[in-house]
Parts: sequence; structure tokens; C-alpha cells
Amino acid sequence: MTAEVGHFALILGLVFAALQMLLPGLGAFTGNRLWLGSARPLVAGQFVFVAISFVVLVMLFLQDDFTVRYVAANSNTLLPDRYKVSAVWGAHEGSLLLWVLILALWTLAVTVFSRSLPLALVARVLAVMGAISVGFYLFLLLTSNPFSRTLPYPPVEGADLNPLLQDFGLIVHPPMLYMGYVGFSVAFAFAIAALWQGRIDAAWACWTRPWTNIAWMFLTIGIALGSWWAYYELGWGGWWFWDPVENASFMPWLAGTALIHSLAVTEKRGVFRSWTLLLAIFAFSLSLLGTFLVRSGVLTSVHAFAVDPERGIFILLFLGVVICGSLTLFALRGPVLKGVASFGGLSRELFLLLNNILLMVATATILLGTLYPLIAAVMEWGRLSVGPPYFNFFFVPIVVALALLVAVAALLRWKRTRVAGLLSQLSLPFLASLGLALVVPLLLSDSYSWGAALTIGLGCWIASAICSDIHHKLRHKKSRLAGPVNLPGSYWGMHLAHLGLAVCIVGAGLTSIYSEERDIRLEPGDQATVSGYQFRFASLNKVRGKNYIADQATITLSRGDKQLAQLYPEKRRYLAGGQVMTEAAIDPGLWRDVYVSLGEPLTGEAWAVRVYIKPLVRWIWLGALMIGLGGLVAALDKRYRRNRLAERGAKVVGVVA
Amino acid sequence: MHPVRRQRLFLVISIVAVASLAVGLLSYALRENINLFYPPAEIAAGGAPRNTAIRAGGMVVAGSIERARDSLAVSFLITDGAANLEVQYSGILPDLFAEGEAAVVTGELNDQGVFEASRVLAKHDENYTPPEVADAMQAAHERAGPDQDAVSETP
Repeated sequence: MTAEVGHFALILGLVFAALQMLLPGLGAFTGNRLWLGSARPLVAGQFVFVAISFVVLVMLFLQDDFTVRYVAANSNTLLPDRYKVSAVWGAHEGSLLLWVLILALWTLAVTVFSRSLPLALVARVLAVMGAISVGFYLFLLLTSNPFSRTLPYPPVEGADLNPLLQDFGLIVHPPMLYMGYVGFSVAFAFAIAALWQGRIDAAWACWTRPWTNIAWMFLTIGIALGSWWAYYELGWGGWWFWDPVENASFMPWLAGTALIHSLAVTEKRGVFRSWTLLLAIFAFSLSLLGTFLVRSGVLTSVHAFAVDPERGIFILLFLGVVICGSLTLFALRGPVLKGVASFGGLSRELFLLLNNILLMVATATILLGTLYPLIAAVMEWGRLSVGPPYFNFFFVPIVVALALLVAVAALLRWKRTRVAGLLSQLSLPFLASLGLALVVPLLLSDSYSWGAALTIGLGCWIASAICSDIHHKLRHKKSRLAGPVNLPGSYWGMHLAHLGLAVCIVGAGLTSIYSEERDIRLEPGDQATVSGYQFRFASLNKVRGKNYIADQATITLSRGDKQLAQLYPEKRRYLAGGQVMTEAAIDPGLWRDVYVSLGEPLTGEAWAVRVYIKPLVRWIWLGALMIGLGGLVAALDKRYRRNRLAERGAKVVGVVA
Repeated sequence: MHPVRRQRLFLVISIVAVASLAVGLLSYALRENINLFYPPAEIAAGGAPRNTAIRAGGMVVAGSIERARDSLAVSFLITDGAANLEVQYSGILPDLFAEGEAAVVTGELNDQGVFEASRVLAKHDENYTPPEVADAMQAAHERAGPDQDAVSETP
């Protein structure tokens, strides 16, 4: 009975979403205020029903109701409760329900925080979001209903959740990622509403910016969590594989990064308007494409757990409608929205334009590399895959260019900057980074690495330019305490995110260059030394968890005479499905990780053991976290909370007209 | 020429130049870095290039996994139902690598016709067969006629 309640609530959610699309949409055409005003209550209704539906699915998992096919396929009575809850979004159907729930949540947030906006704009935005919801509800109900039954012969025991997914990472990674993906729908809806209205002004950009920033923050943190999870869970010690599904989340991130920068120009200077709208469309379309790639199983990937062409075709159609529809609207209405302001040579606008070009080139090359196997399959060029060297070949130079520009861009003024002042501000950072870049690799290793020199140089260049700018901004302030407080949140957010980029670059670069990886054969009592660290295989024990049994090795890690840690890598065998899983053991540190994972049993008591020494690997995620927080700090800027949007809008429209 | 026109011409020329440079780089990088997939039957028939990065895949033949006593070297056979391919690898095999299960290997075919793998991918859960392997086995199965037992297809 419970499952039917969930199913029914989901259908009611669809009805509300359809009304939310139609009534305010018609209201926008006819100017009927009653219809326009119906948008907010309809959103609330939709949210309530999809929330009921989601809670019901969680309950079905907690009650081990194996008469429901989705629960039977992804849960098990032995599964710990926290994983029963996270198993809700562990596979296709439930993760789509989570997607719809999060979309309803974002829509609700828009209705709550949009009181100061004109009703006609809000109604259009909500109608567009309603249309997106309808697409996803139909997808859920027609092709992937999480509430369908296994009756009349329900299994006695569930098939269990994929052990890879039984982890803290899975509890937090998908919701974060989806908050980001779906959050771009707000920017998308605002872009479509602006095109629909045929009007875009600074108030529009000022309003869209914090939403985009928040969505982008979630996506940043979601990707970082995914990378961290893959690092410790897959047992390969890698943190980025250029896997199609990683690319699928990375492309909207790159487009979103371009979008938040372009929005800044649109808000402050009124230029790049149509480009900003186009980026909003791209970012959301790439989010949808991400869903398509992950969920259709068309690509060989570690994530491809749904192989169902019918679903693939539905998403492809949906994607086609969204992309073609919005681009057509853009082609029809875009020219109307042209801005008039212009900018001169050395200005922040120019550098943000370069940033956008580089980011879009990166997105395009990744898109091509990701879709190339699909294109080749359709064109019958054979089955092929595109390897990481392709992606690195393009992405590394683009990041180098971005890092070189980002330090300068943050120091520039709008419109025009005097070259002399800029040079005096940047000369010291330049010399300092050049010096460090040349010297530090000498201290790190016996063999000099130019890659490391470049990495360190870029990291120092960004960081020191930021310090120079902050120093410059505060030089006239009387009080050292009040000064920083008076600078706007968006200023600090920008620098925090850029510093995060520097940290991330240094981490990624030095980890790639200086990591040690060794597969060794160890018997209990054996000892091996890898770059100064001694690993002693002390003992091997059988341990039992709630739903698995494991071989657990005790490995003593020491350096010189000092014992550093006891590591307990495991080889688990899950009882329900019989899957084998490697559970790596990590001795973490800010400066280096020591990573040990059990390979497989060899002859006798010996095991193949994989050992990694990974310097600065944590900096990658630390940097990503700083980037995300930077987005949050910028979104919390005081000026977005003032209720003077309407005034500002009127003023700017006056200027433009 | 009118200055505005000259500016436009310059713009168009630079766009064309940058675009063709990009296309050139892309096709170069793609050609260098794509790994074509070959089923064992095609490799046995001599259809695959030697000493070039390729991928192959099939079911791991039961009883064919041989481990060295003192190192991490391992060799095994994979099959698509029509032919076997010998694979050599050094390192740790993935968790779900097992006899009778699907595996996809990336590496090079050496002059003896042995596949030297640099990476071995196994299917990652109970219900998944890589699409390439499923297709290859299906093709081999169809060639062999309906009376031969199918080794496996996508469930």
C-alpha cells in the first residue's frame, strides 16, 4: 500500500508541475494577474507531493519492502540503515526522484526569495522550471518508476546495494552534484524568461548571479567529493580519470564557471548580454547531457549501471527539445537584447572575455572527446575509446593560460587600466614566483622537473598577485581591522576562489609529478621500503562486518626509527551478492598521503600489495573546497540582499534606452 | 577598402585561422589517442595492428589464469566464443576480475601475437557486461550458428 501512496503522490506532483507550466505561462501571454499569481501556490503544492513521494521511498527502503522492484534490486536486510537511506539514490530510478525533489526545492527557493521581483518575470521563470519538471516526471513515471512492484512473487531477500556505493561518499556526493546540476536550471529559467520578455537589465544579472554562484558552489563541492571518493574507494589511488561520467559533471562546471564570470560583466558593465544568456543555456544543457551520459549506459564507464535504450531515447528527445527550443528562442530574441556599452584595451572585460573563451574551448574539447566514441559508433568507424592523453593534451595548456591570466585579471579595473600601475603591482609577484619556481624543484627531488617548476610558478603567481592586490586595496585604510570588513563579499569570494585554484593546481601538478606507485609482493613478516617509508606486513586477520567478511592486513608504516601509523587495508567479500571490494587504508596528511591497498592473494600467505606515496594530494580537494566557498562568499555579498533591485533596474533601463 | 569592411575581413580571417588550427590540433590529438576495440576473433584473423595501443575484450577462459610465483606477472586467455587471445599483465587485477567473467584490456599486441596489457578492466557489478564485449560475443555466436551455446549476453 505504501508504495502506491508514493506513486500516487508522484502523479499528483506531475499534475501540479503541468499546471505550474501552463497557468503562469498562459498568464504571461494574456497578462491575467490571477494566472500569473497562481505560480507560487502551485510550486508549493508540487514540492509537497514530490517530498511525500521521496519520503515514501525512503520508508520502503527502511522497511525492506522487497515487493518493490527498486528496493529489491538495491537493498538488503543486512545493509546498515544509513546505507539503506543513501541506496534511495544509489541507482537510476531513485536518483531521478532525487533530481525531481531537488528541482522542486530550487523552484520553491525561487518563490521564497523573489518577492522583490516583478510578478511577470517570476511567473515566466516558474513556468519554465515547471516545464523542466514535467519532462522529468514523465521520464520517471513512463520509463523508470521507482514504485513498481515485483508482485505476485516478491523475493525474500534483496540483491544488495553495489558495495562500491556503500560508503559515506555516496551519501553526500550525488545530492551535492544534483544540487549543482539542477541549480543551473534557475539560471536557465531566468535566461529563458529574459528572452521571452525580450528584456534584460542589470537587475536581471544582479538577481541571477547569487543563484548561479550557489549552484556552482554545490557542483564544485560535488565534483570534489566525487574525486575524493574515487580516490579512496576505487583502490587505484587516482583522483581523476577523464572517465565519461566525470567529464559529464566537469563540462557543466566549466560552462558554469564561464557563466558566473560573464554574469559579472553583464551586471557591472551591461555588456556580454546575449553571451551570458547563451552560457546559461549551455550550462544547463550540459547538466542534462550529463544525466543522459550517466543514465543511458551508452558509454563504457565505471558509472554506467543503467543499460536501457528506451530511457536513453527519452532523455535524448528531452535534451533535443530543451536545447533546440532554447537555442531557437535565443536566435529569435537574442539580437533584441544587444548591449551598448563598449570597452577598451587593457580592461577587466577583456580578460573576462579571454577567460570565457578558454573555458569554452576546454568544454568543447572535453565534449568532443567524450562524445567521440558515440559518434564513431553511430558512423560505424568501430568501437573505440578516447584516452586520458587526449584530454591532458588540451586541458593542461588551457589551465596554464587561465592561471597566467587570472592573476592579472583580478587586479584590473573595469573599462581601462593604466599599464604603469599594473606593472608596479605585478613586478614583485612575478619575480617572487619566478624565483620560487626555479628553486623549489631543486629541494623537492634529485631530478629537476620543469613541470614542477611550472606548477609552483603558477601557484605562486596567482597567490602573490592576490596578496599584492589586497595590500594595494588596504593601503589607504586607517584601521587594519575595519578595512577588510568594508571590502565587499564578492571581492573576498573572488580572491578565495582564485587562491583555491592556485592550491588545486599545485596539488594536482605536484601529485602527478612526484607520486610513487609500487605493486609489491608481501608475506606476513615481510618488509618493503618505498621512497623512505617502511611498510611491514605485520599480520593478516579475518574480520566480519555487518554485511561482509574481510581479510584485513595490519601494515605498520614507519620512517627511519619512528613508527607513523598502523594501516588496515581490507579485501571485503559482501555476503549478499558475493562481490569483492578493496578497501584502501590511508595515512593522510597535508603534505603527503600514504595509501595502501590489498591486491589479491598470491601463492601461500603472500599478497600483492599496492603502495602509493602521494605528496600534496589533499591540496586538490582543499583547493576545490576553497573555490566552492569563494562562490558562497560572493553570493552572500550584501548588495544582493538589498531591496533596491527594482530601482537599480529602472535606472539602468533608462540609461540603455 | 572601407575600414569597417577591412575590420570585418580581418575578423573573419582570424576566426577561420583559429578554427582550422583548433580542428587540426583536435584531429591530431584524437588520432594519437583513440584506442580501437578488437574482438579476439578479429585479432586471431590478423585484423589488428601490432605495437599500437588498442583494446580487446571478452570472457576470461576458465582455468587459464596463471600467476608467476615471485612477481606480480599474470597471464590469461580471453575469448569471444570464436577465438582465444593470450593476455599478459603485471600488477594487481581488479576486484571483479574472475574466470568466466567479462574483461576489457588496453595495451599492445606484440610480435608473437600476445597482448601486453597496460590496464585491465573488469565488469564492475553482477549485472553488467561491457557493451563492446556483449556485441563481440553476439557476433561470434551468430557466425557460429544457433546450435552453439551462447557464452553470455547482456542480461
